[in-house]
Amino acid sequence: MTAEQILTEKTRSRIDHWLGKFPPEQKRSAIIQSLMAAQDQNGGWLSKDIITAVARYLDIPAAWAYEVASFYSMFDLHPVGRHKISICTNISCWLCGAEDVVGHVEKKLGISLGQTTEDGRITLIQEEECLAGCVGAPMMIVDGHYHEHLTPEKVDDILDGLE
Amino acid sequence: MSETQEKAVDTVSIEIDGVAMEAPKGSMIIEAADKAGITIPRFCYHRKLSIAANCRMCLVDVEKAPKPLPACATPVMDGMRVYTQSKRALSSQQNVMEFLLINHPLDCPICDQGGECELQDVSMGFGRSLSRFTERKRVVKDENLGSLISTDMTRCIHCTRCVRFLEEIGGTSELGGIGRGDRTFISTFIGRSIDSELSGNIIDLCPVGALTNKPYRFSARAWELRARPSVASHDCVGSNQFLHLRRGRIMRVVPRDNESINENWLADRDRWGFHGLYSDDRAVRPMVKSGDQWQEVEWDAALNRAAEILRSTSPTELGFLLSPRASNEELYLAQKIARALGTDNVDHRLREQDFADQDHRSLRPQLGTPMESLGEADAILLVGGNPRHDQPLVGHKIRQAWRSGASIFAVNARDYEVHYELSESIVEPPSTWIGQLAGIAAALGVHADGDIGRLIAGATADARQQAIAEKLVDANSGTVMLGNVGVNHPQASALRALARRIADRAGMTYSELSPYANGAGAWSVGAVPHRKAAGAPAASGGLDARSMLARPLQGYLVYDIEPSLDTREGTAAAATLAGAPVVYLGSYVTDEIRAFADVILPVAPVPEAEGSFTNIDGITQVVQTGPKAPGEARAGWKVLRALADVLELEGMAYIRPDQIRAHILEALEACCDVDAQYGPVTLDKGAGDGLEVMSEVPIYAVDAVVRRSRHLQDTVLAASNSVRVHPADLEALGLAGESGLGELSVDVMADESVARGCVVIPAGVAPTAGLAGKQRFTLESGS
Repeated sequence: MTAEQILTEKTRSRIDHWLGKFPPEQKRSAIIQSLMAAQDQNGGWLSKDIITAVARYLDIPAAWAYEVASFYSMFDLHPVGRHKISICTNISCWLCGAEDVVGHVEKKLGISLGQTTEDGRITLIQEEECLAGCVGAPMMIVDGHYHEHLTPEKVDDILDGLE
Repeated sequence: MSETQEKAVDTVSIEIDGVAMEAPKGSMIIEAADKAGITIPRFCYHRKLSIAANCRMCLVDVEKAPKPLPACATPVMDGMRVYTQSKRALSSQQNVMEFLLINHPLDCPICDQGGECELQDVSMGFGRSLSRFTERKRVVKDENLGSLISTDMTRCIHCTRCVRFLEEIGGTSELGGIGRGDRTFISTFIGRSIDSELSGNIIDLCPVGALTNKPYRFSARAWELRARPSVASHDCVGSNQFLHLRRGRIMRVVPRDNESINENWLADRDRWGFHGLYSDDRAVRPMVKSGDQWQEVEWDAALNRAAEILRSTSPTELGFLLSPRASNEELYLAQKIARALGTDNVDHRLREQDFADQDHRSLRPQLGTPMESLGEADAILLVGGNPRHDQPLVGHKIRQAWRSGASIFAVNARDYEVHYELSESIVEPPSTWIGQLAGIAAALGVHADGDIGRLIAGATADARQQAIAEKLVDANSGTVMLGNVGVNHPQASALRALARRIADRAGMTYSELSPYANGAGAWSVGAVPHRKAAGAPAASGGLDARSMLARPLQGYLVYDIEPSLDTREGTAAAATLAGAPVVYLGSYVTDEIRAFADVILPVAPVPEAEGSFTNIDGITQVVQTGPKAPGEARAGWKVLRALADVLELEGMAYIRPDQIRAHILEALEACCDVDAQYGPVTLDKGAGDGLEVMSEVPIYAVDAVVRRSRHLQDTVLAASNSVRVHPADLEALGLAGESGLGELSVDVMADESVARGCVVIPAGVAPTAGLAGKQRFTLESGS
């Protein structure tokens, strides 16, 4: 299948938007945002096929796209649940009790970091490093939204509110 | 400005380990140290690749610097004092080594790299003898990169030389650093093979045993091998290489540095082609045919029979078809025998069709811009051919030129997948190329006499031709290059005439590639009908290869070729030869050869025998005898010399090949400067129905040895030997989706890279051996 067939029109227009910000010979610069668009289209994760399609669409060697997709923790290379939760375990959050947050969430959902609940509702992202929210430690990101000063009650509220 | 002042501007004074030296501004400490012979350990640094500075092995102590600095990424500064042996430098190196060994397995005894491993060497010199690491080592899954490269990725230290090579030199970017931090691994990610035509170089670049030579794997240890300098003979570049021999057998081939030819690279074809020398169908005994039966005989009997055939044939009816990859010595002797017997019917140009301008051609085909400076050209106009596959290192040079800003143009019948970008690409059937070049010439305002002049005068440049012409004029340096398909074109003389005039007018050089390994040598030593050695005109002017095969002559001497695969005429050539007595000297015996030959004299080709090749820069390189020849096969020059003895020909009592070389050199010094002149051209395009044939030799079908290299034949590049037609043409013919091609039942591949109205037929491969000689082809349904 061609890149045009794999990537939806919406994804392609998002990629085109980012391509417009860089010189034409620097398409490599648009990889991160293009992969983001592709990940959104693909239910929150990147398959090898869709990464290859992005590379083809950008007209860059596929290896460059694989390198980026495998480097960043914001990209998932395996199917994920409907909601993605990243709990920071880096130093500030760790000092403020991130390990307890992780333990609580794991116990509540019955899964460990890096796993997805059986009903496909929630994925806990594996080993998240500093998410730049030290001021509100301990913190986590749920579907792109920051939640700070976490307590077990607060975590329960947030998790229970997810469909 | 005086020279000393100039020097002061461009260089700085530094001191490394107390040794004062001048280094060019902007260069790195490691370059200055290398030049001065001061060893700094390194893994990721390589002078031909970009600087990554990620292995940290080259940390050195720089005075006034707060911490050790990587020598590969620290530019020299005036007055800088560098210490590579200070306590701080040594302890940094030791510490880095300890980190590099954390995940590296201690499996040197079963590792193919053992004994020639940079990591092993450096850890002996700079590492600790004990490891303090007690945790678990990680394991990385291996990948199948194809038939040429083995992987043991657990051994990888992430120097990324292979990644950078494929990105910068190979231009394929097939490998990447996947993952992050301590989980990084080098991979194709999707589990594909590495298909670069230069892929083998990553084996040499790999400082550990992560990437090793698959066919060679586990077959020998470095210290059992003897390195013998040699020269590759599968294309006209003449790449320098080492043969690694064990007990008279080539175990592997590695590149030998020659900055002015192949730098430090080697094409896969030159690295793994040699396996074809060890195929089962080598000629090992002299044989004669009696009736329909072959008999193994003594050399004397076979030579007598050969001489009988040659002597009993009327000279004008005797043809010599010589291998264009034979050595200068063999070709010289063969043509000398022909001429002593009274015939000029000698040729090596087995795939060429147009000989109209042969009397006016230069002594030999040559690059106007030599290999050494080709990478610095500003513009290259390529006419007919795909150097990336035809001469991989010429392709590399074109990429080099492109990377430093050159404009590359191409006139071809296929839009080849190349590792450089084409500023303008003309993809049209071969018969239209004359018109295309005439258009460019017209845009340049070329004036010429005769047919070519009329052609140019009658041409009007279209926008694309105009654009090319403008860029060519703007370029400071560059070359117009006739590629393999151009040389073998039915109107090659006209292409040559136009290309040379375009080059002259635009202030560029004219370059002509040779489709053969020793085409340049063959021309110089007189393996052509119209000229003797060194370009001396041949009195009678004999038949060219095409005419020798157009009808059966009364006798032939065929030297080390497989007619159906090595000639334009293909299977028809084998049939023609079957109609006459044939003396066959060669390194292989196949059913086809048994069918047409009457005597078989087994020949050991270079490097099993000593010999020299002349490359496309006109450089003659001598190869000493390397591996042992099988059975009773003997050096080609010895067989020819023995034959000359039996024929009682004079002036051929050579005892050593260097005497032959001396004779050739003498002739070259004594004889005429043969300069290229404008001569007659062929303009008749030939008409007919159907699709126009563009015949090309795929990368791994160029000669008998390569065709027998199993490892090359197992690659993806070798698997693409299909007949190709543009899908729209198939559609128009109502053949879309069909697989048979008339009674020949060859698979036809719909390929958008092919020019409309054209059918690409691979030459040198058995399934299409009967088709490549045709000019036009009518496709019809196979069902």
